[in-house]
Amino acid sequence: MSKHVLIADDEPNIVISLEFLMKREGHRVSIVRDGDAALQAIRSERPDLVLLDVMMPGRSGFEVCQAVRADETLAAVKILMLSAKGRDTDLAKGSALGADAYMTKPFSTRELADKVRELLGLA
Amino acid sequence: MRSALGAPVNLDKRELAAVLAPGVVLALAALIGGVLIAATLEPADRAVLAALLEPRAALLLLGWLLLSGALGALTRSGYLRWVAASARLAEEARVLLTTDVQRELTAEGSGETRALAEVINQLAQQRSALRADIAAQVRAASRGVEQERNRLAALMAELTQSVVVCNLDGRILLYNSRARTQFRALSSAPALADGAELIGLGRSIYAVLDRALVAHALESVQQRLQRGAAHPSAQFVTGTRAGQLLRVQMSPVREIDSDADQAPALNGFVLMLDNITRDFADESERDRLLNDLTEGSRASLGNLQAAVEMLDFDDRDGATRERFLGVIRDEVRAMSRRVTEAASHNAQTLKTRWPLEDMLGADLVAAACRRIEAQHGCRAAASEVDPALWLKVDSYSLLQALVYLAGRLAGEYDVTLVQLRLVQVDGRARLDLMWTGPSMSTETVVGWETDAIRSGDATLALTVRDVVERHDGAFWFERERVRHQSLFRLLLPLAGAGEQLDAAQFVRGDSRPEVYDFDLFRPSEQVRELADRRLVELAYTVFDTETTGLDPSAGDEIIQVGATRIVAGKLRREDCFEQLVNPQRDIPAAGIPIHGIRPEMVVGAPTIASVLPAFHAFAQDTVLVAHNAAFDMRFLQLKEAQTGVVFDQPVLDTLLLSAVVHPQQDSHGLEAIAERLGVTVLGRHTALGDAMVTAEVFLKLIPLLAERGIHTLGQAREAAQQTYYARISY
Repeated sequence: MSKHVLIADDEPNIVISLEFLMKREGHRVSIVRDGDAALQAIRSERPDLVLLDVMMPGRSGFEVCQAVRADETLAAVKILMLSAKGRDTDLAKGSALGADAYMTKPFSTRELADKVRELLGLA
Repeated sequence: MRSALGAPVNLDKRELAAVLAPGVVLALAALIGGVLIAATLEPADRAVLAALLEPRAALLLLGWLLLSGALGALTRSGYLRWVAASARLAEEARVLLTTDVQRELTAEGSGETRALAEVINQLAQQRSALRADIAAQVRAASRGVEQERNRLAALMAELTQSVVVCNLDGRILLYNSRARTQFRALSSAPALADGAELIGLGRSIYAVLDRALVAHALESVQQRLQRGAAHPSAQFVTGTRAGQLLRVQMSPVREIDSDADQAPALNGFVLMLDNITRDFADESERDRLLNDLTEGSRASLGNLQAAVEMLDFDDRDGATRERFLGVIRDEVRAMSRRVTEAASHNAQTLKTRWPLEDMLGADLVAAACRRIEAQHGCRAAASEVDPALWLKVDSYSLLQALVYLAGRLAGEYDVTLVQLRLVQVDGRARLDLMWTGPSMSTETVVGWETDAIRSGDATLALTVRDVVERHDGAFWFERERVRHQSLFRLLLPLAGAGEQLDAAQFVRGDSRPEVYDFDLFRPSEQVRELADRRLVELAYTVFDTETTGLDPSAGDEIIQVGATRIVAGKLRREDCFEQLVNPQRDIPAAGIPIHGIRPEMVVGAPTIASVLPAFHAFAQDTVLVAHNAAFDMRFLQLKEAQTGVVFDQPVLDTLLLSAVVHPQQDSHGLEAIAERLGVTVLGRHTALGDAMVTAEVFLKLIPLLAERGIHTLGQAREAAQQTYYARISY
C-alpha cells in the first residue's frame, strides 16, 4: 500500500519538483499552499508524512508543527521541515517543536527521497 | 582733620616743656642755693646779704631770664633735632606700612635720623619692587593659563566628535560646538530653544542622559581606576527622549593633587558622544540586504537544484521536461534581480564606510586653486561654482588628486591656466577641471588615473581611481569641441540636507564661544538653602520681553522673549534664547518704533503656548533676573493657566537693586544705570539686546551690593523689597 505525503509549500517552483519526486517514489501526493490549509489537511487526511515549509503565508511551518504535535491523535504523522533558514537556531527550534527531520535549502533530492523513505519505514 | 588739629597741639606741649625746662631748673637751683646759704648764716650776716642783694634783685632776675631764655632756645632746637624728627619719621613710616602709597620720606633732623629715613626709603623701594615682581609673575602665570585654556577651547571647537566635560554632579563645564549641534538634534523644541535648554555651562547632563546609566558607567570607570587600568573608560549606548541613539564613551577626569599612593580620586568625567541613529539604520539596512541575499538565494537554489535533478531522470515526458526548464529560467531571473538590487543598495551604503566630512564646495574649490598655484606655478581659477553646494568628501585626498592632475597638465601639456567648475547635477556634485588645449588619448587618461599620486617629492600610496572609489564617484575625460576645451570630470556625493545645516552651525558667530568654565569643577553647595547662597555663585537667566503694550490684563501680549545666562559669575553670551511670538492680535503702531517688531514679522512665529514651555526649560534651575521684573513677570503669570507653565523660581530686579545701591539717584531706567555703571549699550530694544545689557548691569551691581553687606540671594531680595520703588505697583 502506498504512503500518503502532504506537501505544504507556497512556492510553486519547488512544489513541481517535490510532487514529481514523491510520485516517482510511488507515494500518493496532495498539496497545500499555506499554513492554515496544511493544518486542516493534516487533521482531515492524516497523511503519513508532511513536507512542511517554514516560511508560508498564514501560519508558519513552526506553528503548524507545534499544533500537530499538541494533538495526540496526530502523533503518527511524520514531519520533515524544509527551510531556507540555515541558522543553527532554526534547526534547534524545529527539532524542539517536534519535527522528525529538518532540511535546509538547497538540498539534494536524492537525500530528501532517502530521508522520506527512512521516516516512512520503507528503507 | 584730626592730624591737622591734634598733632600741633601735641607738639606744642612737649616743645613748650623743652623751652621752659631750663628756666625752671635755674630758678629752682637759685632758690635751693639761696635757702641753703641763708640757713648757714648768722642772722646778722643774713641781714647784710639781704641788704646787699635787695637793690640788685632786678639785675639777678634779668640774668635769670636771659640765661633761661638762651638755654630754652638751646633745648628747643635739641628737642626738634632729636625727638620731634624721629617721631615724625616713625609716623610717616607707619603710614607707609599700612598703605600702598609710594612716597619718599623726607630726611630731616640729626644725621642718625636722616640715615634711618634713608634706610626706610630703601626698604620701601624694595617692597614695591617685590610687589611689582609678584604681580608680574601672577600676570604671566594667568596669561599662561588663559592661553592654555584658549588652546583647549580652540582644539575642542575643531573636533568633529562631540565632547562634554562634567563635574561629579553632572553639571556641564565644557562642551564643543559639535556637542551643541548634536544636542540640538536631541532637543524636543529645536526650533525654539535651539538645544540651548539642554546644553549650557552649569546645566545638568541628566536632562539628556539617564542618571542611572551615567552612574553605572561612572562606577565601572571607578572600578577600573582602582584596578589601575591604563585607560579606565566605559561605553554605553542609550536612547534619548527624542528617539535618537547615542553611543557614549566616558573617561574620568582625575584629581590632580590627590595622594600618589592612593587610587586617584575622580573630579569629573569626559563624555564623547556619537549619534549613531543613522549608522544603526544603515546597519539594519545592510543586515536586511544580507539576509535577503542569503535566504532568498537558498530558496532559489533549492528550487533550481531540485528541478535540475528531476531533469536527470529518464522517465519524464516532453511536457514535464518543459515545466522543469521553466522553473530553472524563472529562478535564474529572480536571482539575477536580487543580486542587482543588492549591489545597488550596497553602493549607497558603502559611502558611509569611508569617513567623509561635510565641506562647502566653494571652500574646496578655493583651496584647490590656492594649492595648484602654489605648487605648480600654473594659474588656477574658479569659473562657475554653486555657492550653496555642500559636499561629502575626504577633502585631503580629493585635493591631492586635483593638485596632482593639474601638475601633470602643467608639466606634460604646458597648460598655464586651469579652471574649476562645480555644479549640482542629478543629486550629485559635478566637479570639472578644465583647460584649453589639445585632446588626450584614453590610454593617457587611464595612466594618469592609475598612477600613484605624486605630491612634491613624495609619492603617495593613492591613485586618482582610489580617491574616486572612496567617494563612490566617477572620473572621466571629456572634450567640448566647440569651445576647444578639455576637462576632467569628477562626480562626488552631496552632503545630506540635515548635515549641511549642522555644518553651517559651525561658522555662525564671529568670536569663538566661551564654552568652558573649569571653576565649575568645585562641587556646588546644593544643600544650602537657595536664599542663603551667595549672589556670586548662583546661575541666572537674565531675560526681557517685548510686548504689544503695557497692560496684560487689558489684552496686551508678549511678542518677543530674549534671555541669556550668567553662570559662575560670567555672562554667557553664546548661551542665549531669542524668539519672536505671534501675539494673535494686532501690534499697535505706536510701539513699533520702540521694539521694531512689525506685524508681518510674527506671522509665522509660534504662539506663547509653545514658546513659554521652551523658555521655561531654558530657565530651569536658575534665578530669574529682569529690569523692572514685576512688569515681565505679570505677563508670564497671566499665562500660567493657559500654558500650564509656572515660573516659581526666585526673581531679582535690577531696577530695585540699583535703587538699593544708589538711593540718591533720580533715575533707575536701564539706560541711566548702564551709563552710571559704565556698561556699553548696544542693540537696545530687542529683547535679547536688553537682556544682555541687564545682565551686564546685574554683574556690576553684585560687588556694589556686597559693599553694603548684601551677599546672599535672601539679603538681596529683602533689600529690594524695602526700597521705595518696590512699593510702586503695576
